Amino acid sequence: MVAVLAQAASAQPSTAEFFVFVVIGAISLGSALCVVILRNAVHAALMLVVNFFTIAVFYAVLEAQFLATVQVIVYAGAIMVLFLFVLMLLGVDAEQDLRANPAIPAQRPAAAVLGLVLFAALAISVAGPYLQRTSACPSGEAGAAAADTAASMPCAGLAAANEQGNTQGVGALLFGEYVWPFEVTSVLLVIAALGAMVLGRKDERPEDLVDVHVEADPVAADPVGAYRADVGEEV
Amino acid sequence: MVVPAGYYLLLAAALFTIGVVGVLVRRNIIVMFMCVELMLNSVNLTLVTFSRINGNLEGQVLSFFVMVVAAAEVTVGLALIVNLFRLKASTDADDVDALRS
Repeated sequence: MVAVLAQAASAQPSTAEFFVFVVIGAISLGSALCVVILRNAVHAALMLVVNFFTIAVFYAVLEAQFLATVQVIVYAGAIMVLFLFVLMLLGVDAEQDLRANPAIPAQRPAAAVLGLVLFAALAISVAGPYLQRTSACPSGEAGAAAADTAASMPCAGLAAANEQGNTQGVGALLFGEYVWPFEVTSVLLVIAALGAMVLGRKDERPEDLVDVHVEADPVAADPVGAYRADVGEEV
Repeated sequence: MVVPAGYYLLLAAALFTIGVVGVLVRRNIIVMFMCVELMLNSVNLTLVTFSRINGNLEGQVLSFFVMVVAAAEVTVGLALIVNLFRLKASTDADDVDALRS
């Protein structure tokens, strides 16, 4: 396999891209299907990790090296650890019987039909104009001249934009034109962390808290009695 | 053999569709949540592909922001799921029917 890929790479850059697309695309689609089909939630989560890695490979092929790294770190690292952590914490790794009758009759056929319609709409509207051979992206230096001959809906390629390096280009945009949204995302992350803390803690009674000494405070221990003592009423 | 940019868009559309069907079909809330992540990833793939088609990096920047929002969403969503599990002792979406008359 590696020898075939290396040979293909030496022959023509786009041929290597084709092989990578076919192999990784098949793994990507298969793992995505497994996420939906597998009964055990932990197995589904592991298949999702595989899918995230294939997406990272696609980012690398699509000349987005920075995003490929971020994808591995953020998705395959942080988010999936969070998912698996919650799965283990709740202990819901018991297998779910997918053959059980759904609550809504004909839910699955309806979902399949809707999915096919959605896929057809997306394929025609989004992908349709770019399916010709002329829409192939030039990769690196070699394809820069080939882009001029493209007839309709050509692919510009990122050779010019990535001239200084992909990470440098994305960084210049993030800290230049998009610095305000970038700062707002930091606020968003802080809010999300605080929200998760507030939501995730148990509903504790005041006497369970270590810091509150209810017994030491007579008013808090017996508010009615304290009120009566205040107004001088005999209990 | 060349790879037109539309092939990546087709693949992203297929992944998005699988995510939608997963949310519609599965009843385990955590698996439904994973399918939402699948959809977010496919949209990211579309953004990166269009970034390459247009020859500028703004699609990748938007994709980066989508990742940040997804991380925040996962944090809060999983906290909600943990809370729901404390309340109902299950992660089945059909068990959450407090508003059903």
